[in-house]
Order: sequence, then structure tokens, then C-alpha cells
Amino acid sequence: MQPILRHLTAATAVALGLATALPAAAQAPAPAQAPAAAAPANTLDAIRARGTLICGVNTGLAGFALPDSQGVWRGFDVDYCRAVAIALFNDANRVRFVPTTAQVRFTALQSGEVDMLSRNTTWTFSRDTSLGFDFTGINFYDGQGFMVKRSLGVQNARQLDGATICVQPGTTTEQNLADWARGNRINIRPVVIERLEDNIAAYNAGRCDAYTTDVSGLAAIRAVQSNPNDHVILPDVISKEPLGPLVRHGDQRFADLLRWIHFGLLTAEEFGITSQNVQQALANDPRPEVQRLLGRTGDLGRMLGVDNAWMANIIRGLGNYAEIFDRNLTPIGLQRGRNALWTQPGGLQYSPPFR
Amino acid sequence: MSDIAAPAALPASRQPPVRMTGPLAWLRENLFSSWWSTAVTLALAYLLIRYALGFVDWAFVNAIWSVPTGANGLPDTSSCRNNPGGACWAVITEKHRFILFGTYPFDEHWRPMLVCALFVGLYIVSAMRRFWNWRIVPIWLVTLSLIGVLMWGGVFGLTYVPQERWGGLPITLILATFGLAFAFPLAILVALGRRSKLPAIKAICVLYVELIRGVPLISLLFMASVMFPLFLPEGMNIDKLLRAQIAIILFAGAYLAEVVRGGLQALPKGQYEAADALGLSYWKKTLLIVLPQALRLVIPPLVNTFIGFFKDTSLVLIIGIFDLLTAGKTAIIEPQWQGFGVEVYVVLGIIYFIFCFAMSKYSAGLEAEFNRHRRR
Repeated sequence: MQPILRHLTAATAVALGLATALPAAAQAPAPAQAPAAAAPANTLDAIRARGTLICGVNTGLAGFALPDSQGVWRGFDVDYCRAVAIALFNDANRVRFVPTTAQVRFTALQSGEVDMLSRNTTWTFSRDTSLGFDFTGINFYDGQGFMVKRSLGVQNARQLDGATICVQPGTTTEQNLADWARGNRINIRPVVIERLEDNIAAYNAGRCDAYTTDVSGLAAIRAVQSNPNDHVILPDVISKEPLGPLVRHGDQRFADLLRWIHFGLLTAEEFGITSQNVQQALANDPRPEVQRLLGRTGDLGRMLGVDNAWMANIIRGLGNYAEIFDRNLTPIGLQRGRNALWTQPGGLQYSPPFR
Repeated sequence: MSDIAAPAALPASRQPPVRMTGPLAWLRENLFSSWWSTAVTLALAYLLIRYALGFVDWAFVNAIWSVPTGANGLPDTSSCRNNPGGACWAVITEKHRFILFGTYPFDEHWRPMLVCALFVGLYIVSAMRRFWNWRIVPIWLVTLSLIGVLMWGGVFGLTYVPQERWGGLPITLILATFGLAFAFPLAILVALGRRSKLPAIKAICVLYVELIRGVPLISLLFMASVMFPLFLPEGMNIDKLLRAQIAIILFAGAYLAEVVRGGLQALPKGQYEAADALGLSYWKKTLLIVLPQALRLVIPPLVNTFIGFFKDTSLVLIIGIFDLLTAGKTAIIEPQWQGFGVEVYVVLGIIYFIFCFAMSKYSAGLEAEFNRHRRR
């Protein structure tokens, strides 16, 4: 009996001792955490002082933000974070990616856990006003659509009357579907399934006639079906989902930087400046706007508070908008569509002039 | 003179009838004792063999272990997709390091690997009765500091790795180990407090247990990750992992407290009275008489709760922490690997099973040893 007593008391003592000793140990080696208790009035200054950008991204969405097999974050949204890091530090790796779920993303930004969100977040009225954020532009025009099997013979969404439609709960997708059905007096039976994989399995098993989510998601799903041509994405888009990076209210200078990085990427595409030819263009492109964009003449970078070569560095490291799009979104089966430049038919991406 | 003549030789000893002992008899008795039993045996054997063969076919015979790299530099999984009858273990071959260590810098993977080994070593050492004395304290402190140094780095020439890049198995082990190591002493204090005669302490403990038990773990995690940061002054951040860790400790503490209280209730009143009669103080009575007996009684429910919490740590996925399960789920988001979830989940299941089964076997041994005096 006696040894057992001793052992158990010892074990309890250990545990109690740990309870007091460990928080100190756990906190000690975290130098970069919470650098200054005083709230920096200006996020941009805080980022500079810290030496790294903290960027909130999706926890995993193909094409937009996803760690690859080596754990390196890749994707369209991720490249926007890297572009900001290049503009500030001329180093695409001085950025920390904080994965945020749909539920915690806004708090993470509000509480200052992240400096900015680049997390396929829809720009809506209430998010811009009452939630206290500033959207810095639309880098991807998305919208909710439907995918059906070609064998069903459905041509447009209005023919889905009486259909069962698979949908994921929680996001605006479910609400949009209900609103659209009511507005168009269409009778649909939604089948709400939590996980994407289960949704696709249900759709493939014929449990639902159609699957609805944002068109970008549909394209990604269609691309990995065993025979993509058996599935059609209907032309109807029932909601507007303009996606873009956002910052906190009051971070105007930081918002300016994000906004003009996006415009710079568009302008570079418009003028045909790519990661391949940027060096050459910097040296001898005669067009004044290109010279100003790349920082050879004028002081545009300094007006933003960054190096004059900011756009040249970004384009050298990541490419222009088309290159970022092709690298991340084309492989998952997305077309440029409305995200083409305004000079293309149907394109909406338009940059104000660099002057 | 005796009538009974001694036999000339002992008769040759005979084997017992083969139908009464041995494997055949066992089979006969247990599997084929009646026509009904025979039918069930045959039906189950048929199903078992059929599905076992099917599984072997899927997992080994028809499986694909690696895929070539396609023209675009990405793995070309079409061979897997054209092979529905076999497992595509190529997803594990390709992604195993991501599943195990998440977004931790690739070249530094030896650090989390060492951390996992340290954790397993710590479990083994703590399980050995030989170390159940003061020596366990420095062992734990040194190992946990070492784990912290390895994960964070920033000293001894190790590069600094911020917490949000940690992932995979180390996260699960950290959450479970720290969670239970802190929750257990907390639980003992709360259980004692609930039986305290001091009304304020009793009320606080009851309130704590009932409040925490009244909400699901998910809502506590949400509170820790969504609401809590809003109460802090702007610019001050508490590490996301630490917040989740505290939520898990509080939650596990409430459940374990009730388990421990069960043990305290089960102890005969005479034990308390005897301790009082010896003139022991409250803490001596508790540490020397009450707790050793009470904890011994509740080993099965304690381990049950431990195993439950080991798996519950996977709930941190909803606040964007890449534990083992989340890393596995994230590994199959990439378009070329979508649809190979079964293979990943089988591997994750095996990893979780190894840890939980080890806990369960160890507790069974402990229980048998501690309760030897009760066995009749």
C-alpha cells in the first residue's frame, strides 16, 4: 500500500508543479508574439516594425490558398499577400500566413491577430460598414451557379423547378439559393450536407439533381470529375460574389497600398509587362505609364510609402495579374470570364491610370 | 491375503476422447453446437472472408503506391482514378510529411519529428512505476522545455518558427498532453472543492463544473478564438494555440473533476473517519488516504475521458489550427488528390488508434495491478 500512496502523491505533485511551472515555459520562447502592448495606431508602421506581414488566408481552398505537399502556402489569395510583402520588404517570404475559418476570419482581423485578410471574402455592404472593414478592391469576380449532369438536359437554372439541389450549410450559399427560388417562384428541394466531399458524393450518386456553390468552386469540382464533359455549369449566376482583400477601418494608407498593388498587376497585364520581360521594360520601355509603374520615372512608390521599384519587384517575383491567375486558377479549371481585362469582351477588371 | 491381485502392468494411458477436449472440441462447443449456431458461424465466416479478401485486394493487391509527375509538374493521378478497385496510397506517399507536420518548414521537419519522439518517450517513462517519484518532475520539465525549444527555435542556431506554422501530429500531442497534464490536477482540486464544507469554495467549484459542462467544447473553442480577443486591449494578442489549449484544459478539467468526485464518493466513510482518528490534517488525509484510493477506483472512467479528449483535440480545426485531422483533410483539397479521402482517413485512423489503444492497454494493466488486493 505504502509505495502506491507515495507514487500517486508524487504523480499528483508533479502535475500540480507543472500547472504552475509550465505557462512560464510555454511563453518564454515566443519573441515575436505581441511585440508591443501599446496599440500601434497605424498597421503599416506595425508591420514595418515587426518586419513581417501577417496575412489571414483560407484554411484550404484549391487555387486560392492551400499548403502544398511541402507545407508552402500557394494560391491566388496567397500571392496577393506575398505581393504586399514584396512591396514593403522586397521579400516574398516575409509574410506569415494565418489560416482562418469562415467563422473566425472577421474577429481575427478586428482583434489585430492578422494585418489583412486575403481570404476569398465577398465584399458586402454590411461587412464594409458595420463590421468596420475596408475592402481594397475586387481581385476576383465570383458568383453562385449550378452544376448539373449533362444527361439531365437542363439548359438554364429556371428549368430546375422541382429539382433537388445539394448545398453546403452555413455560408451565404444556402441563403442565396432560397432567395433566388422564392424570387423566381421556383420550387426546389435543397439537400443540406455539411462537407464538400459528401456533397459531391451525393451529387454523383444521383441523390441531388444539381450542386450549387460559387462558380469558381464548381469549376474546380468539375475539373476533377472522371469525365468533366458529363457535367455542365449552367450559365445563370444567381448572386454577385466580388472577392478581394480587406483591412480594418482606419488603415487608409495600408488600404491604398493593397488597392494599387491590384491595379498595378492589372496595368502590367494591360501593357504586356510580365515576369519575363519586366527587366527589359524597366531598362528601355518608352511608354511613360510603364516607366511610372515600374518606378523608373516619377515618385509613385514613395507616394505610397514604399520603394519606387515596388511594382517592378512584385512583377519580377510573382508576375502580372494574368500570370497569377494562370498559375493558380487555370489549373483548377477556371476561365478568365468576367475577370478578363476590360479590354476583352465581358471583362470587368479595370485599373485607374498610374499618374 | 488379499483378494485383489495387483495388476501385472498398468493399462496403457489413453488420450481423452478427441471430441471432448482440444481445438476440435472447442470449435464444436462454441461454433457448431446446434444447427442454428452452425448456420450463424457459416454465414459470418462467409462475410468475414469475403470482405477481408475484398479489403486485401483494395489495400494491397490492386493498390497504387506512387504516381508519376505529369507534364505540368503536378502529380498525375489519372492512374489512380482509373483504378477504382484499389487504394491510391500514392496520396500518402506524396502527402505524408504534410499530414504529419502540416505547414512546418519542410527542411526543418526533423524538429517536429524529434518532438513526437520526445512525447512518446515521455509517455513511456511516465508509465514506468520506477519513475513515479520526485524524478518525474525534472524529467517532465526538461522534456517539455526541450519540446518548446525545438518547436519554436530562435535559439541554439535553430530558425524561429512561429506558432501558426506548426501542424499535424505535434499539435495533437501538444494539445492532448498539456491539456490533460493541466486538467488533471485542476480536476482533483475542483473535485475536492465540490465536497468542501466551505460554502464559497463549494459554490465556485459547482458553478465552474456546471457552466463548462453545460456548453459544448466547440462553443468554448469559439469563445476562446472569437470572443476572447475582442476583450483584450487592441494590439495585444494571445497565441491562438494557447487560447485553444486553455479552453481544452478548462473543459477537460470539468469532466475529469466529476470522474474524480465519483471516486471520492465511492470511498467508505470509515476511511475518512479513520484518518481523522489518526489526527491527520486535511491535506495529509487527502493526499495519503483519500486520493490514492479514490483515484484507483476511477481508473477506467479516467482513461475513458483521457481517450475521449485525445480525440476531441481534433475539434480545433474549426478555429483554423492544423492538427493531425485537419492536416489530413487539407491534404486532399488539392484538385488532383480530391476523392482519395478514404486512404487518408484510414491512415489517420491507424495513428489515432495506436495512441488510444496504447492508453487503453496501459490502463487495463494498471487497473489489474492496483486492484490485485480486491480480487478473490
